Amino acid sequence: MKRTALLLATLSLPAFAHAGEIWVTNEKDDTISVIDTDKLEVVRTIETGERPRGITFNSDYTRVYICASDSDTVQVMDPKTGEILHDLPSGEDPEQFVLAPDDKHLWIANENDAVTTVVDVDTRAVVGQIDVGIEPEGMAISPDGKIVITTSETTNMAHWIDADTKKIFANTLVDSRPRHAEFAKSGTELWVSAEIGGTVTVFDVATQKEKKKIRFEIKGVNSDLIQPVGFEFTPDNKTVFIALGPANHVAVVNADTFEVEGYVLVGRRVWHMAFSPDHKKLFTTNGVSGDVTVIDVATREPVKSIKVGRFPWGAAMRP
Amino acid sequence: MPEAFAKRRFSACLAVCTMLVAGPAAAEIAIPMTYLRQEVEAPPVLSNLDPIPEDRGVAGAKVALKDTKTTGKFLGHEYSLDVVSIEPGGDLANAARKALAKSRILFLDAPADALLSIADLPEAKEALLFNVSTGERRLRDADCRANLLHTMPEDAMRTDALMQVLKARRWTKTALVIGPKPQDVAFAETLKASAAKFGVNILAEKNWTFNTDLRRAAGQEIPLFTQDLPDHDVLLIADEADDFARYVQDNTWLPRPVAGSDGLRGEGWAPVLEQWAAVQLQQRFEKDTKREMGTRDYAAWTALRTIGEAVTRTNSADPKVLRSYIFSDAFALDGFKGRSLSYRSWNGQLRQPMPVVNARALVELTPLDGYLHQTNEMDTLGLDRPESRCKAFGG
Repeated sequence: MKRTALLLATLSLPAFAHAGEIWVTNEKDDTISVIDTDKLEVVRTIETGERPRGITFNSDYTRVYICASDSDTVQVMDPKTGEILHDLPSGEDPEQFVLAPDDKHLWIANENDAVTTVVDVDTRAVVGQIDVGIEPEGMAISPDGKIVITTSETTNMAHWIDADTKKIFANTLVDSRPRHAEFAKSGTELWVSAEIGGTVTVFDVATQKEKKKIRFEIKGVNSDLIQPVGFEFTPDNKTVFIALGPANHVAVVNADTFEVEGYVLVGRRVWHMAFSPDHKKLFTTNGVSGDVTVIDVATREPVKSIKVGRFPWGAAMRP
Repeated sequence: MPEAFAKRRFSACLAVCTMLVAGPAAAEIAIPMTYLRQEVEAPPVLSNLDPIPEDRGVAGAKVALKDTKTTGKFLGHEYSLDVVSIEPGGDLANAARKALAKSRILFLDAPADALLSIADLPEAKEALLFNVSTGERRLRDADCRANLLHTMPEDAMRTDALMQVLKARRWTKTALVIGPKPQDVAFAETLKASAAKFGVNILAEKNWTFNTDLRRAAGQEIPLFTQDLPDHDVLLIADEADDFARYVQDNTWLPRPVAGSDGLRGEGWAPVLEQWAAVQLQQRFEKDTKREMGTRDYAAWTALRTIGEAVTRTNSADPKVLRSYIFSDAFALDGFKGRSLSYRSWNGQLRQPMPVVNARALVELTPLDGYLHQTNEMDTLGLDRPESRCKAFGG
């Protein structure tokens, strides 16, 4: 989301408005499937370290960072050649991360160690480690780069970290098993999904107080199968698409009124998402069915399923 | 680590003084809990391969305590756990009275009669007790108690889970071998009831009568023993003491899979679970205990996590407040089995998906698709509201 928003803000659109790529990490295949956003097919498959999950590009798309969880490392790849340039020290079992807006620091959640590790991507050195709750996963950074969020799945909290001092300054309780966090509306709101709680909580960043809790209801789907995980905002921040895991649907939510406007049927156990460069298509990773669903953003209809590797997990756009 | 956490939080707060610490103020609440175990003599079994771990059950509570403390530190909730283990024949009731004087929350690891005698103590009236050890139906049925919740799955939840899978596979012709111990006979009855419930046929039954060391003779004896059974798809075995069943598999007259107490079986938890983030819990458990996590460990883990979840959301340690939250719609426990767990309002049984496993893999997580229920598909497993004769819960 942050990457794509930056792209819109800093680059002239026409050159990139058409074809682009969606990079999908396949957790159980140790590969990345690269999907062409025009052809809607896999055009490249790239090998990675063991159990790739989190994936993100730097601002000018010259580097892609991949959490190779079972290799206990973050791999740095040249996206043109698919060559692994080097590894970054990441701490044990890196699952998710977020790259600071200045491209300098990578903030990594170490799922098995209950710590967040900060790595300088230039010097390749660990510059900080912060004790957080058990099973840290969701990572977010405010647009000004000043606040970093780690959510911990078993402790059920969002930990608010001062990016300069690398110290926690607040801890807020969220519903059961928080998975994903994202700043919205110029960094004034923090959104956190809770997989088992079945909710998305919106916090006011200035006070760290809960502003709204969003709940979901799908006819014919038992409520305990509605498990919000990844989510993505449209660039105007008016709409947010929220993956609901084993409910096999993506919820479309009005980000101003917090009302659920509809549900889109996708593949099994929908996890993370990425937009095409023009934001007209949304690509969802479906872990259990091993495919990616393409959603037409305007009509909110699924238009195609694309077979990828086993257990597709993360998704990132490259123009 | 949590200590350092709190310090950090306050010093950082001074530095970044425009930002306020959110959440409830750190009013200290103490939540003392006791794990009370009646040790029982395990009968001798043929194989020495899988000794019962000394810390079975207790270890699950300890891992849950660690998990829960991380949240507690941030909220000013001080959890503590006493472990009291009484020798076979020891005075459990006295130990229970002592424990209840100190803590209002008890995790009970004891046979059914002992559980009932503790639940009926005057001191236990307002306490919250968890059965983490026995799957006997009567505790969820006519012998239920309002202060006794069950995180150990009812035996019928294990057998219902198995029968759902057999039916889905269309392996509906079975034969049943029943061990000599009372628990084997009881489990055979549970298997039969589940088979009838899901439309699986038991074509023949045979009692286990061997008293030789089967480890040397299984290849000669078992084919003969199973030769006169009518043709079947699956051989069911009731051997709850884990005595002989392992020697039946692959020694049968017909080449058939074994299910029930061994082979393909329903469990509350098994080391082969890895999906739904289960691998994280398995790794935390193995790191601390140097062994794999089993059903009783998981029952103790979910019991303590239930308390953690209720205290976190209500900011109270009062058993009445906790109990009412636990039975409310808001309660959702993360049990690493793909759905949120909750308690059955008619008998206090923890409602949960049941894995059906073999030694090497998860075969299915039940309830399976297609087994529908008017309120919750998980209630296709075990005693449902209309069948339960439990009255203590007001149902």
